Amino acid sequence: MAEDARDTRATLALLAALAAAAAGAHALGEPFYVNMAARVAILAMAAAGLNLALGFGGMVSFGHAAFFGLGGYAAGVAAWHAANQIPLASWPVLVPGTDRMIVVWAAAAATGGLAALLIGALSLRTSGVQFIMITLAFAQMFYYFAISWPAYGGEDGLPIYLRNGIEGLDVYDPFTFFAICFVWLAATLAGTARIMRARFGAALTMARLSEARLASAGVDPFPVRLTAFALSGAVTAVAGALNADLNGFVGPSALSWKMSGELMAFVILGGVGRLGGPVAGAAAFVLLEHFLGAATERWVLVFGALLLGVTLFARGGLLGLLAGRARHG
Amino acid sequence: MAEAALRVEGLSKAFGGLVASDRVSLDLRAGEIHALIGPNGAGKSTLIGQIAGWIRPDAGRVLLAGRDVTRLSPARRARLGLGRTFQVSTLALPLSARRNAMIGALARAGGAWGFVRPLMRERALTEAADAALARVGLAARADTPAAELSHGERRRLELACALAGAPRALLLDEPLAGMGPEGAAQMTELLDALRREVPILLVEHDMDAVFRLADRITVLAMGRVIAHGPPAAIRADAAVRATYLGQDDQPEAADV
Ligand SMILES: Nc1ncnc2c1ncn2[C@@H]1O[C@H](COP(=O)(O)OP(=O)(O)O)[C@@H](O)[C@H]1O
Ligand SMILES: [Mg+2]
Repeated sequence: MAEDARDTRATLALLAALAAAAAGAHALGEPFYVNMAARVAILAMAAAGLNLALGFGGMVSFGHAAFFGLGGYAAGVAAWHAANQIPLASWPVLVPGTDRMIVVWAAAAATGGLAALLIGALSLRTSGVQFIMITLAFAQMFYYFAISWPAYGGEDGLPIYLRNGIEGLDVYDPFTFFAICFVWLAATLAGTARIMRARFGAALTMARLSEARLASAGVDPFPVRLTAFALSGAVTAVAGALNADLNGFVGPSALSWKMSGELMAFVILGGVGRLGGPVAGAAAFVLLEHFLGAATERWVLVFGALLLGVTLFARGGLLGLLAGRARHG
Repeated sequence: MAEAALRVEGLSKAFGGLVASDRVSLDLRAGEIHALIGPNGAGKSTLIGQIAGWIRPDAGRVLLAGRDVTRLSPARRARLGLGRTFQVSTLALPLSARRNAMIGALARAGGAWGFVRPLMRERALTEAADAALARVGLAARADTPAAELSHGERRRLELACALAGAPRALLLDEPLAGMGPEGAAQMTELLDALRREVPILLVEHDMDAVFRLADRITVLAMGRVIAHGPPAAIRADAAVRATYLGQDDQPEAADV
C-alpha cells in the first residue's frame, strides 16, 4: 500500500506538470504547445486504457489501435453525417449525425467497448504470444476494412471540418480543448485507481498473478478479464475520439499496428501496471518527437534506445524511477 | 444415513494410453479426514483435479453434498463449497498474506463485482481473511508479502485461502510436502483440529501424519483403488505392503 501512495504522488506530480506546461504555453500565447499538451493528454489516456488490460490485467494486447481508431471514426462519422445532414440510420429509428462531443464520446465508448467485448470474448481463452497475435489480427482487420470502405474516405481518411462541440465551451480555444482532454485523462486515472483498489481490481490482479487461486476461490477469471478488456477498449476509444477532434481528421493510420505498438511502448516505457506510467510514456514520446524530430528523422531510434534502457535497467519504468521503488505485484 | 459431503463414483481418466484414474469411487463424510495415498504417479493429483473441476473425467460422477457437479467449472464448485489447495503453490507471491486470504473469501462474501468501495474497507472480507489467518497461526504475518514467508508459512497460507471461503469439503494435495519436522507437526495438529469444522480429503506422503490423522484411508496404485479402510486395516493389508508400504518406509522422497 505504501507503493500505492508513492505511485499516486508521482502520478499527481506528472499531471500537475502537464497542466502547468499547458497553462504556461497558454499564458505565453503559444497555442502550438498547448495543442502539444493536449496530444500528450490524449495519448496518455489511450495508453491508460491499454494499461488497464496490459498492466493491471496482464492481457498483452497488440491491437488497441482498433479501439483508438474506432473511437476516432465514431467522432468522424458522426460529425460527417451532421455536417451533411444525412442520417446515420433511418431504420428502425432515425439516427441523425451529431456534432455534440458528449454524444460522440458516448458513441465512441460504446463502439470501443463493444468491439473489445467481441475481440476479448474470442481471444481471451488464449494467452501469451497467441493472444498478442490474435489481437493484432483483429486490429488489422479493422484497418483493412477502413482502407477499403470508400464511404468514409477509405485510404484518405475522413476530415472533420467543424470540431465537435460542447454547449457553453469554446472548443476552438486550444486551452479549453486541452482542459477537456486533461479532465478525461485525470478521470481515467482516478477511475482506474478506484477500481483497482476495489473488489474488481483485486480479482483482476489475482487473475494475472494466480488464475488457479482465483478460480479455487469461486471467482471465474474469464468474465473478470473480459470486463477489464471491454473497459480498456472503451477508454482508449474515447481518447481516439478526442484525438480525431484535436487533429480535425481521422484516418486508417489511427487503426494501424504502428499505433498499437506506440500505445504499448508508452505503457512499457512509463511502467507496466503503474498508474501514471502512460502519462510519463506518452509525454516522453511527444517531447522526443518534437525536439529531436526537428533535428533528425532518426529520433525514433532514440526513443527505441530509451525504451530498451528503461526496460533493461528500470523495472518499474519511468514511473518506477519517479516513485522510487518497483511496485509489488 | 446423512449425505456424504463429497462422493466420487467410477471416475476414469486416461491420458493417451496411460490410465490415470480407473473407476475410482470414494466418499468423504462429515467430521472425517479421508487420506488418499499411493506411490508417485498413482493418480492422486489427477483425481483431485477431477474432483475440483480442472480435469474433465472420461467417465464417472462427482457429487457435492448429493449434487452432481461433474460438468461444473472449478469456480462453480468452489462456490458450492469445495475448497482446495494445490500440490504446487498458487499463492500470489507479491501480495500480502491478508490480500491472498481475502481473495479466498471473495466469492462467499459477494463476488468480484465491486468497483467502488476499497477492499480494505470491506469488513466481510477483512474479517474472513483475518479469521482464516488466525486459524492457521499466521495472524502476525498478515501484512507480510507471501514471497517473504517461509515454506511452511506459505503452505499454511494456502490452507488459510481455502478456509477463508468457508468450504464444506476440503481437498488438500500434499500440504506437508517439503516441510521440516517442526512444520509438519504444526500442520498435522492444525488438520487434526480442522476436521471438526470441515471434512478433508487428504493426499499426503508423510505416513506418520497419515496414520495419525486419517479416519479412513484409500490406497491408489496405477489409477486403481487397491485398498480402502481404517488405518489399522490398511497397515495390515498385504497388497498395500507389497506395492507401497513395503518399499521400505521411504514411500516417496519427493514428488513436487
Ligand atoms: N496432463 C497430463 N498429461 C499426461 N499425463 C499426465 C497428466 N497429468 C498426469 N499425468 C500422468 O498421470 C499419472 C498420474 O499422475 P498424478 O495424478 O500426478 O500422480 P500422483 O499425484 O499420484 O503422483 C502419472 O503417470 C502422470 O505422469
Ligand atoms: Mg501428486
